[in-house]
Amino acid sequence: MVILNNISKTYNDGRVIAVNDVSFDVNKGELFGLIGPDGAGKTSIFRMLTTLLLPDSGTATVNGRDVVKDYKYIRNNVGYMPGKFSLYQDLSVEENLQFFATIFNTTVEENYDLVKDIYVQLEPFKRRRAGKLSGGMKQKLALCCALIHRPKVLFLDEPTTGVDAVSRKEFWAMLQSLKEQGITILVSTPYMDEAMLCERIALLQKGNIMSIDTPENIISTFPDALYAVKAHGMSRLQDVLRNDPGVNSCYSFGDYHHITFTEGNNADDPEEIREVHDKTEFDHFPEYPHVSALLRRIQHEGFQDLEIKRISPGIEDCFIHLMENKLH
Amino acid sequence: MEGTKTGVAENKFLSASEVVIRTDKLTKRFGDFVATNEITFEVYAGEIFGFLGANGAGKTTAMKMLCGLSRPSSGKAVIAGYDIYKDTERIKKKIGYMSQKFSLYEDLTVMENIRFFGGIYGLSNKHLQKKSHELIETLNLQNEANLMVTSLPLGWKQKLAFSVAVMHEPRIVFLDEPTGGVDPITRRQFWDLIYSTADKGITIFVTTHYMDEAEYCDRVSIMVDGVIEALDTPANLKRRYSVASMDEVFYHLARGAKRSVD
Repeated sequence: MVILNNISKTYNDGRVIAVNDVSFDVNKGELFGLIGPDGAGKTSIFRMLTTLLLPDSGTATVNGRDVVKDYKYIRNNVGYMPGKFSLYQDLSVEENLQFFATIFNTTVEENYDLVKDIYVQLEPFKRRRAGKLSGGMKQKLALCCALIHRPKVLFLDEPTTGVDAVSRKEFWAMLQSLKEQGITILVSTPYMDEAMLCERIALLQKGNIMSIDTPENIISTFPDALYAVKAHGMSRLQDVLRNDPGVNSCYSFGDYHHITFTEGNNADDPEEIREVHDKTEFDHFPEYPHVSALLRRIQHEGFQDLEIKRISPGIEDCFIHLMENKLH
Repeated sequence: MEGTKTGVAENKFLSASEVVIRTDKLTKRFGDFVATNEITFEVYAGEIFGFLGANGAGKTTAMKMLCGLSRPSSGKAVIAGYDIYKDTERIKKKIGYMSQKFSLYEDLTVMENIRFFGGIYGLSNKHLQKKSHELIETLNLQNEANLMVTSLPLGWKQKLAFSVAVMHEPRIVFLDEPTGGVDPITRRQFWDLIYSTADKGITIFVTTHYMDEAEYCDRVSIMVDGVIEALDTPANLKRRYSVASMDEVFYHLARGAKRSVD
C-alpha cells in the first residue's frame, strides 16, 4: 500500500540530512509504526508521503501512485494528522468536520460509520470552538477530520506526544478498531512502549532505519542475555555497575537497572534468577560464574536488598543497543 | 484523604530535612472552574519530586502558582522561604525553570545564551565568566560554544537548557516535561544530570509522561481533577495499589478522571 525506495531528504543545501536512503513497505490493512526520537526523520517521511515535500532522491508510491507525479490522487485518498494541531480553531467541532467532508467532496453522513465511535465522545461539545477543546478532545477531532473522506491510508504523525498515559492507551484502542475496518495506518511515536501495539515497526534514528520487523522479531535479535538489577541506593548502584569490569552495558529502566555482561553472555545463562538476597544464595549459581562474581562484588560495596533476575528485552533495550552499535 | 500522607517509612528526607515547598490548601479558580483545588503538600531540599497527572488535571496551573507567576485564589504557600502572595519576585530569584517548549534562544550561540540567562538571574560578570566556562566544560561543549543553539541536537539543547536553569544555584528547579521526544540514551543522561544536581541539594520538581521516569523520583504526587489523589514514594504507591509498575498506579488513579480540560 505504501512503498518507499531509497528516499532521501536534506535541508539547508544538503547540510542537514533528515532522511537517509530509507526504504520500506507498508502492507494493505497494516498498522505500521515509525519509532524514534525527535530528529529521526519521522515528520519528513510523512510530509513526502503526503505530497507536501519533495524527496531529494528516491521514489515512493501510495496505493500504487507516485508521490510526485500523482500528487492530486494521493491528496484525495489519504488522511493526514500532522503532529501540530492543524484544524480551524475558531470553527466549532461540527463545523470543522463538515468543512473537511466538503473539501473532499463528500458528506459527514456518508462516512459517519467510520468516525462514529470517536465522534460520539465529541458530540456533547459539538458547538464548542475547536480552539477551546482539551488536548485529548482536539486529538480525537483531528482524527475524525482525517478520516471523514474514508482514506485508503491514514498517516498519523506523533498523535500521542505530550498526551498522558491513560489517554494514550485510549488512542491506541481507537487505532486498533480503525485497523479492523481495513484502513492502512502509518503512525509515528517517540514512546517506545507503543511500538508493541504495531504489527511492524521501523526504528529510526537521525534519518536512518536501524531495524524493520515485527516488534517480536526485533526483540528476538537482541544478542545478549539481559538482567534487571535492583538494590537500595539505585544511583550509586548505577555508578558501581558502570565501572564494573564484568558489566558490558547498564541503563536504568524505572525501578531496575538493565545490564548485560562482557562474558558468558549467551542463551546458556540461567533463564531466571529471582530475588537473590544474601551471599549464600549466590552460590546456587556456580555454573554462571560471571553472575555470581558480580553479585559478590556488588555486595562487597555494601548494597542491601539486592535483587537480580534474567528478563526479556523490550523495544527500548533494542533501540539503545542499536544506537550503541551505531556509535561504536 | 489517605493519599496525601507522605511515605514516612522510606523517606530519606524525613530526618533533619528542610522544607523548600510548603502549600496549605492552595487553590486557583477561573470563574466557576476550580483548576487546582486545595492542594496541601511539602517538598524537601534535595528531593526529586515527581508531579504527575492526566492532561487537564491542574498541574500547569499549580506549577505557575509555585513559580510566582499566577496569584492563588486562596490557600497558603511558602516557596524557598518566601510567601507566594507577597514575595513573588524573591521566589523567582530562588528558582530555575525549564520545559521542552521554553528553554533557550535558538538564534543565540551557546555562550550567548549562558551569558544572557546568567545576566537575567543576576550573576556578577566575574561569577558569570567562571560559571560559563565550568558549564561548557562539564557539558563537553568546547567546540560548540560559538555555534547557534539551533544547530545543536535536541538532547544537547535539553542538557544545556537544564544547566542554564540551575546556573544561579536555585533552591528549586521546575522541569516541565524536560525529556519529551529525546532519544532513550540521552533521556537517561539527562536523568544523570538531575541526580547530580539533586545531590548538591537543589530540589527537583519534575513533570513527565514517561512512567519509568516516575520511578526515578524520591516521591511522586498524582493529580486528578484538581486534587492530589496520591503522594508517596514509588515503592509505597505500588504496594498500596498492589501493582508492579508506576504505569499501573497512574492508570488506576487517572482513568477515573472526570475532566480533561487543558
